[in-house]
Amino acid sequence: MRRGPAVLTTGAAPPAVPAGGGARTRRAARAGPDRPLLGALGIAALLALWEAAPRLGAVSARHLPPASEVLATLAERAATAAFWTAVGDTLTGWALGLAIAFAAAVLLGLTLGSLPRVRAFTDSTVDFLRPIPSVALIPLAVLMYGTDLRSTLLLVVYASFWLLYIQVLYGVADVDPVAEQTARSYGLGRLARVRHVVWPTTLPYLMTGLRLAAAVALILSVTAQLVIGSPGLGREIAVAQSSGAVASVYALIVATGGLGVLVNTGVRALERRVLHWHASVRGEAAA
Amino acid sequence: MGAAAEPTTTTTDHEGERPTMLKVTGLRKVYDGGAVAVEAVRDLTFELAEGELVCLVGPSGCGKTTLLKCIAGLMPPTGGTVELEGRPVTAPPPDMAVVFQEYGRSLFPWMSVRANVELPLKQKRLPVERRTGLVREALEAVGLAGSADAYPWQLSGGMQQRVAIARAVAYEPKVLLMDEPFAAVDAQTRADLEDLIRALWKRLGVTVLFVTHDIDEAVYLGERVLVLSSSPTVVQDDVTVDLPAGRDQLTTRRDGRFTELRTRVYAEIQRAKRGDAGADGRPQDRTGGREGSPVAGGSPAG
Repeated sequence: MRRGPAVLTTGAAPPAVPAGGGARTRRAARAGPDRPLLGALGIAALLALWEAAPRLGAVSARHLPPASEVLATLAERAATAAFWTAVGDTLTGWALGLAIAFAAAVLLGLTLGSLPRVRAFTDSTVDFLRPIPSVALIPLAVLMYGTDLRSTLLLVVYASFWLLYIQVLYGVADVDPVAEQTARSYGLGRLARVRHVVWPTTLPYLMTGLRLAAAVALILSVTAQLVIGSPGLGREIAVAQSSGAVASVYALIVATGGLGVLVNTGVRALERRVLHWHASVRGEAAA
Repeated sequence: MGAAAEPTTTTTDHEGERPTMLKVTGLRKVYDGGAVAVEAVRDLTFELAEGELVCLVGPSGCGKTTLLKCIAGLMPPTGGTVELEGRPVTAPPPDMAVVFQEYGRSLFPWMSVRANVELPLKQKRLPVERRTGLVREALEAVGLAGSADAYPWQLSGGMQQRVAIARAVAYEPKVLLMDEPFAAVDAQTRADLEDLIRALWKRLGVTVLFVTHDIDEAVYLGERVLVLSSSPTVVQDDVTVDLPAGRDQLTTRRDGRFTELRTRVYAEIQRAKRGDAGADGRPQDRTGGREGSPVAGGSPAG
């Protein structure tokens, strides 16, 4: 009977193994092929609880309509063009804002990251600007742009820019001196080194930043619509709320959650593709 | 590497007078670390003739890597000059390739083996067909023709260093600098790689400066062994390795002459460690007691 636990211990991969393959094998060994099934069961249980709670009177059905009612409302809404316009507006604010922040962060980060003196000059300013909550800019956005898309963009860009910019700075600082010297010894000029050494070194950092920024950008996109009233899912929620359509409010919240899941899945897929060579993705293939 | 297919004849002839390829004169490097300045290299003078294979040994921390970086144009020396074919080196010269000890960090993990070898050639703006040819020949020369599409991290340590060597070879340098390239691979792989370097050197006629801390390796590989003193560094001894050109891991290392030379270099290193190298100069007898015919590249140090 001694063998049982011993085998179990060996079965679990050594905990020292860093991210990537080790973690995956360990998880696979523990959860096995049941993993997706368990995930589905978890959602089903949550929906059942949501359905039961208002029906059994644990919470007021006026404040939390049962899941079936909310999902039915969502399906109803999804059949209207207005819903998809709102989704489109939200995604436009998200994508455009994220793209602007990404381009600015990469450009500035690569430039300033390689100029230590300029970086030292700007560091304190960045440390001051970075913690300012984007929502604190709402009055400013309204003053400048009203309920225009640009209001949303201002908030989205401001929030996601710092996340990306800081990551690029870390990435640039992480360039391996041996890789750098190799590139120099083979005659790679400044621009060629940025392209072939600095940029790939920065990518893992940048992808982490992008994952965070993509989520934050969606939050801010919805927030701006909700508070300022620029078109999109956020404004739909506000309208539903003021007209007392509780089920609609929930349905739209579920829709924003769905967008969040999609965005996260998308960024993770991109990450796996772009960083196929990196230790965090390549997994067991590593020597 | 273009000449790789047809064997070059000039390289195996190490007796005749050959022009100087690399000349290091009075090289000095002081690291100015704010309050304390550290003198890593004091006064180094030596020459490599064209097509020579010279090993540089010294006690650890004697500034071998510093010296190599100065020669490679990666770091400006505090004093003295480095000349490649008579032209002073101030930036990495196009005729020089460096193989670093840390192959895992020197190869780019985001590029396939082929792309790693090809990148410097792209920088040289060579046409595609020429690049493809050079990459293929170089990978064949190091025995990795089948791994062109793999990524460096999919290969073993020895294979990764072969990729780094292939990258250097494809670059078609006149001078190949190697900074303890085999320090991080296992003993058997190391022996294979040593023979690979000898073979490539003979075939390509390239001038090689091979830095190592391993005395056996230095004697086995080199035509000449430069022994450095401990920091601050000067050339303490210049030993001509008069072993036959065709070397073999078994017979050469069993050769009595090999043992003699190794003992001599070893004694010099011990002397260097004790720090009584020095100002009083260097041994008169440069060939270690047998047929004193100092050949290529005399190096009057000090």
